[in-house]
Amino acid sequence: MLIFLLNRLFQALITAFGVLTLVFFIQRLTGDPTALLLPETATQEDFEAMRRTLGFDRPLIEQYFAFLGDMLRFDLGKSFVQNAPVSEILASRIPQTLQLAAGALFVAFAIGLPLGGVMALMRGRWLSRWIMGFVLACQSMPTFWSGIMMIMVFGVWLKWLPPSGTGSFAHLIMPSIALGLLSLATYARITRSAVVDELGRDYIRSARARGVKMPRLVSKHLLRNSAIPVISITALEISQLLAGAVIVETVFAWPGLGQLTVQSVAARDFAVVQAVVLLGALVTIFANLLADILYSIIDPRVRLGSSS
Amino acid sequence: MCAAILAPVLAPLDPDRQNLLGRLKVPGFESRGVTYWLGTDELGRDIFSRLIYGARISISVAVLSVLLSGIVGVTVGMLAGYLRGWWETVLMRLVDIFLSIPAILLAIITVAVLGPGFFNVIIVLTLTRWPRYARVAYGQTLSVAKRPFVALSQAMGGSVPRVLWVHILPNIIGPVLVVATLEFGLMVLFEAGLSFLGLGVQPPTASWGAMLSTGRNYVATAWWIATFPGLALFLLVLSANLIGDRLSDTIGKGR
Repeated sequence: MLIFLLNRLFQALITAFGVLTLVFFIQRLTGDPTALLLPETATQEDFEAMRRTLGFDRPLIEQYFAFLGDMLRFDLGKSFVQNAPVSEILASRIPQTLQLAAGALFVAFAIGLPLGGVMALMRGRWLSRWIMGFVLACQSMPTFWSGIMMIMVFGVWLKWLPPSGTGSFAHLIMPSIALGLLSLATYARITRSAVVDELGRDYIRSARARGVKMPRLVSKHLLRNSAIPVISITALEISQLLAGAVIVETVFAWPGLGQLTVQSVAARDFAVVQAVVLLGALVTIFANLLADILYSIIDPRVRLGSSS
Repeated sequence: MCAAILAPVLAPLDPDRQNLLGRLKVPGFESRGVTYWLGTDELGRDIFSRLIYGARISISVAVLSVLLSGIVGVTVGMLAGYLRGWWETVLMRLVDIFLSIPAILLAIITVAVLGPGFFNVIIVLTLTRWPRYARVAYGQTLSVAKRPFVALSQAMGGSVPRVLWVHILPNIIGPVLVVATLEFGLMVLFEAGLSFLGLGVQPPTASWGAMLSTGRNYVATAWWIATFPGLALFLLVLSANLIGDRLSDTIGKGR
């Protein structure tokens, strides 16, 4: 177990290091990132001064190690636009995004799991076909469109919910649904195939032959055994939600990380953009690591298979 | 299986969509006395025409980026799966690294550096999405490479490109196509998402994402601006997903 954990941890670290390198080089795709940091009205002198302060006049390899050093010390740099440390700016936005992601995950779980279960148990019936259609619709729905439509109908026409902004529970409802739809589809599909797989197993058939009632079977055996794929997909969904938040937050004027990213791109506040990207990647790597570990606890076979 | 059940319900929709969007030669005129089928936007432009022009952008961006990222990804995946050893470690690690940055964020940071625009969007989407094909091609190549005809070709002195092109590619193309159709839908959404954020194809070129972004400001007064581009987007992605589902179903059965 320990070897497995260390191995996974090591892999995660390598990936994190790779992400840092990738982000570093993407920023230098055009050669000199100074232009990204300055407003368009900057003069040539501003340009040179900025280059020197940030060390962009040094050789690339030196810059790279300086960058890695900063990152290791968790020094994300300073935002020139907002004139504040990037870490503080991020910290002020994270709670909102977490709130939104939790809401979306709740929507996805609360609706997606039962739908998937019903689809599996009622395979071939009209109800399951309708649900599948609904799931496909959720999957193909552009978040920004469903968001705008909800704002229009529930916010503007019916006036049931506040159209945008934050502050109360009512504010959270529409963004959570908009963000949760795609995950909902994923959960419904995964649950469906997991339950279908389990239904085909021998133990279920023999239990049914022995006269065990379906509801009891579902609650005692099916749910637990179908949980594994659902758990592992949650790790992937978390990074999906983070990415989706960029658009949903823009639609609903929700002051989280996503809105921050878009504002920072518009304001050419590159230090902040870079920090959000790194944060997103780290969260993804960590979530995957966690999923691997959880997986190996639930299903010890995974551990044996991967170490060989 | 489930797609087979579903296909009859929704099938009449997708051939129609594909045909309609396939031949986009309708010009959008703005002269007086013309019926504006879907209303006009904030500058008095005909939404229907802009929709059709926007479809051009959406589809060409999606097709090009699917093609490019497919080519890059499949090549990388095949190389990693066939050559094994160092190639495998380095290439697949690279894939992991790319996949661990949420795609939209990777796209945003790259657009922020390169600047928006038609070709840059394609480059960005390619850069973001190739790892997915690499994963699939890699897994498939691993199993195909074990088959006897590959060993035979090697023994007869077939070069690496030849073995990959003649023997491996035809055998892995099925699953890759399935991924490509599903990715097509995703690319359409991505392009629209980037334009929605103002990072895609720049105005005044019509783009569904940008139209939605305008529409958002007018939800209270002009519902049609945001409704129709979104609906078009939704239908296009839905049909791509349906085709992908059905394809994966047929290919899955064939195995």
